[in-house]
Amino acid sequence: MPVIIAFIAGLLMSAGIAYSQMIDPNKVLGFLTLNANWDPSLILVMAAALVVYSSGYWLFIRQGKPVFAESFNLPGKKALDKPLLIGALLFGAGWGLAGYCPGPALAAVSSGSHGTLAFIAAMVAGWFISRKLAI
Amino acid sequence: MENFTPVEALIGGALIGLGALILFVFYGRIAGISGIAGSALFSRDGRSWRLAFLAGIAAGPILVAAILTDFSYGTPQLSWQVIVAGLLVGIGTGWGSGCTSGHGICGISRLSPRSVTATVLFMLSGMLVATLLH
Repeated sequence: MPVIIAFIAGLLMSAGIAYSQMIDPNKVLGFLTLNANWDPSLILVMAAALVVYSSGYWLFIRQGKPVFAESFNLPGKKALDKPLLIGALLFGAGWGLAGYCPGPALAAVSSGSHGTLAFIAAMVAGWFISRKLAI
Repeated sequence: MENFTPVEALIGGALIGLGALILFVFYGRIAGISGIAGSALFSRDGRSWRLAFLAGIAAGPILVAAILTDFSYGTPQLSWQVIVAGLLVGIGTGWGSGCTSGHGICGISRLSPRSVTATVLFMLSGMLVATLLH
């Protein structure tokens, strides 16, 4: 599979994260913090992404298979289980604490900011823990 | 709402959706950034396309800065908060099988009940913690 397409996919997503300023934790905290200066920008970022992705998704899924693979590789799990619910709540708590979710933190790696690099290192440790410690 | 930037938000969001859609159309994969990064680190299968995707994620702001000369963005100070937050985000997205991109954009678009539930929960939890702390 030509990996250049995967590079372009990541590049476009990250350019969108950067251009919308969602790469800046203070911008995200402006949305998550409900006060007089509340900033609804993140809602429009998600809305635009959802319109583009969902229209393309539902048009293309009828093709039966992706361009470079034999079949679609989509999550099939349906159950609203304990790991999903507890995981989402913990993720939200971390997001609200620092204003970083995985995409913006990884996108900001070239800044060399010690805060960003420490967040990424702790996040990687968290991924490792989540794989070793099942709930 | 003095910080509201609707035009940049809509253009940036459309780019995010387009990038995620490319991964679906060509690879048939969900563009979940936490899942792709976690699998690239801890699993050998499919590592090359995942690393290429992550290289694209790292290159995005460099591209935007090359096009827009006045582009800049803030980063957090090193503190115990960012370390605790990173751990929570890592464990939470690991157990919860996804983050803002995989659940919030791809999963909601696919009308996945798990993703809709996860997105509502991490939004509410994020708002609660941010509003209490900031």
